[in-house]
Amino acid sequence: MMALAELDTGRTAAAPAPLLSVRELSIDFVTRRGSVRALDRVSFEMAPGEVLGLVGESGAGKSLSGNAIIGLIDPPGRISGGEIHLEGQRIDNLAPAEMRRLRGRSLAAIFQDPLTSLDPLMRIGEQLTETILTHLPMSRREARGRALELLKAVGIPAPELRIEHYPHQFSGGMRQRVVIALALSAAPKLIIADEPTTALDVSIQAQIITLLKQMCREQGTAILLVTHDMGVIAETADRVAVMYAGRLIEVGPVEEVLRAPRHVYTAGLIGSIPSLTQRRERLVQIDGAMPRPGAVPSGCPFAPRCPKRIDKCSERPELMAFGNSQAACWRAGEEHFYA
Amino acid sequence: MLLLILKRLGNAVIVLLAVALLAFTIFKFLGDPVQLMLNPQATQEERDMLTERLGLNDPVPLQFAKFVFNAVQGEFGMSYRNQLPVMQVIAERFPATLELVLVSTIAALLIGLPLGVFAAIKGGTVLARIAHLVSMIGVSVPAFVIGIVLILVFSIELKVLPAFGRGEVVDLGYWTTGFLTASGRAALVMPAISLALFQISFIMRLVTSEMLEVLRIDFIRFARARGLKARAIYFRHALRNCLMPVVTITGMLFGDLIAFTLVTEIVFQWPGMGFLFVQSVQYVDIPVMAAYLMIVCCIFILINLIVDLIYVVVDPRVDQLVRGGSNGR
Repeated sequence: MMALAELDTGRTAAAPAPLLSVRELSIDFVTRRGSVRALDRVSFEMAPGEVLGLVGESGAGKSLSGNAIIGLIDPPGRISGGEIHLEGQRIDNLAPAEMRRLRGRSLAAIFQDPLTSLDPLMRIGEQLTETILTHLPMSRREARGRALELLKAVGIPAPELRIEHYPHQFSGGMRQRVVIALALSAAPKLIIADEPTTALDVSIQAQIITLLKQMCREQGTAILLVTHDMGVIAETADRVAVMYAGRLIEVGPVEEVLRAPRHVYTAGLIGSIPSLTQRRERLVQIDGAMPRPGAVPSGCPFAPRCPKRIDKCSERPELMAFGNSQAACWRAGEEHFYA
Repeated sequence: MLLLILKRLGNAVIVLLAVALLAFTIFKFLGDPVQLMLNPQATQEERDMLTERLGLNDPVPLQFAKFVFNAVQGEFGMSYRNQLPVMQVIAERFPATLELVLVSTIAALLIGLPLGVFAAIKGGTVLARIAHLVSMIGVSVPAFVIGIVLILVFSIELKVLPAFGRGEVVDLGYWTTGFLTASGRAALVMPAISLALFQISFIMRLVTSEMLEVLRIDFIRFARARGLKARAIYFRHALRNCLMPVVTITGMLFGDLIAFTLVTEIVFQWPGMGFLFVQSVQYVDIPVMAAYLMIVCCIFILINLIVDLIYVVVDPRVDQLVRGGSNGR
């Protein structure tokens, strides 16, 4: 375990040019009754091939961050500040047509529900080839060949037969495999996986995550894994970023964050995971609920629920470095809360 | 596919029998054919003879069986009004209506579909609002108003299009067509426009609302995430997924127009089915009305069958549903 952690931190410390760089990103929802900040100055970076877990409760802004990166924020949401850079190119202000060319080619996305992610009226082979032909200079025949390879690679049995089938002829797990094949069909550099297994049967979740990770490792694709499941992050991610009420409150190597969380909220989140190896009388529970966007306190957003709140918490903490991690908590430098 | 056709045809027979019963009832109880056929001075003896000859003394079920038997052979008796076989009267009128309705429906689809997609994806822009407004007028202004205005402008003022009739037609044996002559085509323009305006508006509004619905579904979002071009997303994925209701409605409109284009046909003196129907009602021409009922029913059944078959072509899931198959491979 330690060796693994050191290996991870070693790579992070080497700091290759970041693949993705999100800087001070803010998103507002502009409604008739005024504008509500849903994402508040979020900054993080991803190295090529890295798996970054983005974790938080529903409404914390993790999906929104993913959507912002791929340029698919639904109105009335809009980016109100900050920048997003992919491979050194600024992408948050691209013209729609240019962003369209990047999507699927340089960065891709997988969504939660494989049952509704595929066009029900089109054979999966057609959906694959249309994606491939959109991005890669190939003939129809070559594209079909690549589609077959992709289906084989994601573990669809009898791809020659299945390529002619419609989505409804596949099970949920198989459909999500097809979705992965589609997302990876032009070998993107980054894939945003937004709760990719939430809608699936528990027995299949691990398979899909393993497949996704393996496919990405082979292609050198980085994964931004958006989930509320700390367990999945622990098994899959290199680093983890914790979000709360539209802010990024802690980011660091998975081993380190899990072993020694710096933010009180992260500690609570980890404490709420049932463990098979440790006997605990009760799971830790965080009292209260996350503030709604628009009702976030001006200081630390977690302060109202925080058992370790001090006066200073009425000032907003920025991310501060501790070892290989960063945390936005005034008490992060003190002894660990959870060990 | 074959199974679907057979199932539908089985249903069709039952429906047709029910309608036949209705048509027969009209025959039987709406006026006395003996009275209508003989002069008022006829003796009781003559009446009895005719009643016997027409088979009106047979038990009612036997009469119905005879009626169905004749109907199957296309035998509906003579028209009271012009003493011609009913089928011949209808066959003369049918091509006029079918050609008119065909032209207006095709025009409606060619114009209504793209307009609907446009209004959905450009929602909120000035042009989309104008399209929406015009479609509102299109569905609410009755066809005869449009017809009269058209006649006023293009026939009476500008004198470029004929105000009534079918123009010259070419007889192709069983079919007379107006497509092959210049005057036939010119005569078709205004009636087709006044029919199509409603259809265009209706189809456009339907497509718009369906599109807005479909564009919210995840696979559109995923299609965007895959970087597909906007045109592919809107037409290949979104529009195709709203075609089912469009097919249904178009089929219904088509059948409805063939059977009941009364108003437009009267405004333009178009020698079609609707015009014929109005004339038959005026003359209490019962054999024509009964036959008309049966034929309209057949047309609707046929259209529904075609609609069902289009479903199977458009949506692969329907075929499976029909077979009652499980969600297997």
